[in-house]
Amino acid sequence: MSTGNMNLTLKVWRQKNNNAKGSLVDYKLSDISPDMSFLEMFDVLNEGLVDKGEEPVVFDHDCREGICGACSMFINGQPHGPVQGVTTCQLHMRSFKDGDTIVVEPWRAKAFPVIKDLMVDRTAFDRVIASGGFISVNTGNAQDANNLPIPKVQADSAFEAAACIGCGACVATCKNASAMLFVSAKISQLAQLPQGQPERYRRVQSMVAQMDAEGFGNCTNTGACEAECPKGISLENIARMNRDFYSAKFVSEESI
Amino acid sequence: MAELNAHIPEGELTEKWTKLRSSMPLVNPANKRSIEIIVVGSGLAGASAAATLAEMGYKVKCFCFQDSPRRAHSIAAQGGINAAKNYQNDGDSTYRLFYDTIKGGDYRAREANVHRLAEVSANIIDQCVAQGVPLAREYGGLLDNRSFGGTQVQRTFYAAGQTGQQLLLGAYSALERQVGMGKVEMFTRHEMLEVVVVEGKARGIIARNLITGELERHSGHAVLLCTGGYGNVFYLSTNAMGSNVTAAWKAHKKGAFFGNPCYTQIHPTCIPVSGDHQSKLTLMSESLRNDGRIWVPKKKDDPRKATDIPEDERDYYLERRYPAFGNLVPRDVASRAAKERCDAGYGVGASKLAVYLDFKANTERYGRIEANKHNIHNPDKETCMRLGREVIKEKYGNLFDMYKQITGEDPYELPMRIYPAVHYTMGGLWVDYNLMTTVPGLYALGEANFSDHGANRLGASALMQGLADGYFVIPYTIGAYLSKELATKPIPHDHPAFVEAEASAKAILDKFLAIKGTKSVDHFHKKLGKIMWERCGMARNAEGLKQGIAEIQQLRKEFWSDLRVPGDANELNPELEKAGRVADFIELGELMCMDALNRNESCGGHFREEYQTEEGEALRDDVNYAYVSAWEYKGDVSFELHKEELKFENIKVAQRSYK
Repeated sequence: MSTGNMNLTLKVWRQKNNNAKGSLVDYKLSDISPDMSFLEMFDVLNEGLVDKGEEPVVFDHDCREGICGACSMFINGQPHGPVQGVTTCQLHMRSFKDGDTIVVEPWRAKAFPVIKDLMVDRTAFDRVIASGGFISVNTGNAQDANNLPIPKVQADSAFEAAACIGCGACVATCKNASAMLFVSAKISQLAQLPQGQPERYRRVQSMVAQMDAEGFGNCTNTGACEAECPKGISLENIARMNRDFYSAKFVSEESI
Repeated sequence: MAELNAHIPEGELTEKWTKLRSSMPLVNPANKRSIEIIVVGSGLAGASAAATLAEMGYKVKCFCFQDSPRRAHSIAAQGGINAAKNYQNDGDSTYRLFYDTIKGGDYRAREANVHRLAEVSANIIDQCVAQGVPLAREYGGLLDNRSFGGTQVQRTFYAAGQTGQQLLLGAYSALERQVGMGKVEMFTRHEMLEVVVVEGKARGIIARNLITGELERHSGHAVLLCTGGYGNVFYLSTNAMGSNVTAAWKAHKKGAFFGNPCYTQIHPTCIPVSGDHQSKLTLMSESLRNDGRIWVPKKKDDPRKATDIPEDERDYYLERRYPAFGNLVPRDVASRAAKERCDAGYGVGASKLAVYLDFKANTERYGRIEANKHNIHNPDKETCMRLGREVIKEKYGNLFDMYKQITGEDPYELPMRIYPAVHYTMGGLWVDYNLMTTVPGLYALGEANFSDHGANRLGASALMQGLADGYFVIPYTIGAYLSKELATKPIPHDHPAFVEAEASAKAILDKFLAIKGTKSVDHFHKKLGKIMWERCGMARNAEGLKQGIAEIQQLRKEFWSDLRVPGDANELNPELEKAGRVADFIELGELMCMDALNRNESCGGHFREEYQTEEGEALRDDVNYAYVSAWEYKGDVSFELHKEELKFENIKVAQRSYK
């Protein structure tokens, strides 16, 4: 039961599976509360579809508190919708007006094939991490944590890069479907920490190679990724990654 | 009947783990390569176990229902992780962490397990920092700590309000490293639907590929369930939408006892429910209680805005009732106190089911310190508030933003409104000291097991336990079992046990689709949630629990006769996934009520109204109830109770006092 009074028209991308042809389908919703989250509005839509015996709209979502990175709707041409710095699950209907028409599509990128409706396959990100987004330290090998002081500024900067939730909004919004912001955030986190130094140049080369192999596009410095990132990941990370990449290729002895 | 032996090692408490670890049978590297281990779940416990076991040389298969292992709900933990490092030189020690945890759990946890947890806690911090987890630091470059409830030392390590995220990403990167090396095979968007038991031992699982709908058979020498808690039995909780009990419940039905199902943690500081449309509740980290003071107006139904109520007309009820711990009492105590004030008519907000969490006093205090640093003497109030806000922002910025986004109110200006919500389940699969369930070869780690937290978990201890189990306990204890399994050949997938398990999983899916009733899965889930919250929530009584059991049985009948699941089983079908989870929640709900009814005492998160002190505190009965309830499934939603006596040899059991 909803308690609000907003009436909306939704145009939602429906696609049976990866091979099927998709299209936008219109749905009318009424009595939507401005306090609902965008996904709760979709719950209302789906409940109505199930009641009619139709198949509900499939979309990824899990924590609904903006941290797991699962939700991924392209709303009126913007990943995660019109509000800056939030994910779809933290977008509330008070950001829309009664009578609005809202277009909802999946992330669109060659490296993120559509699975069904609004759900896409982002395992390319996992493979990029598996190619080098880690520090090679087996369990049990660690020294006392305070034996390695790290200046606060540096630690804070690494933390800011590490705040990435891997949602893929950067790829979705980029005209080249580039994953540079995502990849550089991980590289930059580890490159700014002393623990990350031994593998620094190997890491950047393997991760960039994997990123290319997955079919992500190149970066042309538009900055849409930074503008749309729900966690405010900075373009500076891309600069750091590029610097390390070229150092690795031309200066480092460890070119791979 | 399975034997209930906790296998606690002999010897002094402080030496049990060291001795066991040093005398544990080992598996040599060549043999490890031919031993397969199945890990279900990829949160802190699952990812750390899968990564560590693969590092040791085992062949690991890891499963998660999400699209990536990085999305497991551990990611949402906010506040921090405890460790007995004593970096603050405030008198912390392994013993003190052990003691606080046993006391916090209201003397309903095993001494030996908790002591081991405290022992390995320091290793966890070392390991995570080595992996590049960016924990908060001070200007000297060393790690920072904050306070959490139920303790008087500062032992909580954190990364802003995103500690779970950073720790999980650390474990995830360790896991992906092994995936990249081909030592872990990762199965995302797969849900475990059955445990396969061959000749009394866990030998595999049936998993459903959620994209194709295909049922797959996977075999292994051991199966680890790291599948989290079951708070979603209440429908509304701080858990993720997908968090469920299914893996643990299927294991329960295959012979694994279920421990202390009624122990549920209701977290005191969550954003209150705003309407019927609500799908989940959002936590505001316990760390906020470091700097937030909790109060309600002294006058009932006070219509004034919070900021218009003068200081002497506010009731800081936690500071009043518990002067020693104040706003940092354990969660169960804080939650009940909030409920008590609201029930008595002092609640605030539209629903009157909320209390204030107010940062003003500490904002001003921080501002004064900052002003001093800037050489501003006798700063006016406005300057203090401005400077103080910056400090608060650095500490809790993301939480304040989240609060504002959800409620539309600015917590820098107005106090937060908060109310308790279901957050964590201390109960879970019963395990022995080695983390093995009552089914040989079947283990449970992290929130999925019942151990370590007794009847109430202290804040910042869940991350500690998940990683302790995965990084530092199971890698050793599993050797004791696997060293006897060297002769076991890979189990053929056409073994009758696999055929039967797959057929039974398929039969249930077909049954859901065949009902063709009129109500959606969510309809039943919401109804179940209401029953559970009302009958088996923050306060329980015998009459209500009996009614709850009857209502759940009725709901189960309706579910199986009037459910509507559209689509079919051979495709991606989220409604079908939810149907399976809710079917299991309904059965579990009944067991939770039975367990709560059986326990004629109050302890920790289990508060029976009939058993309380004159001051309204939980009244334990150590003579009759100092045991773990371990329930055996007897078929057709019936259960038999077994008891594991808890022996306290090192701690004097006393009434818990935070006054």
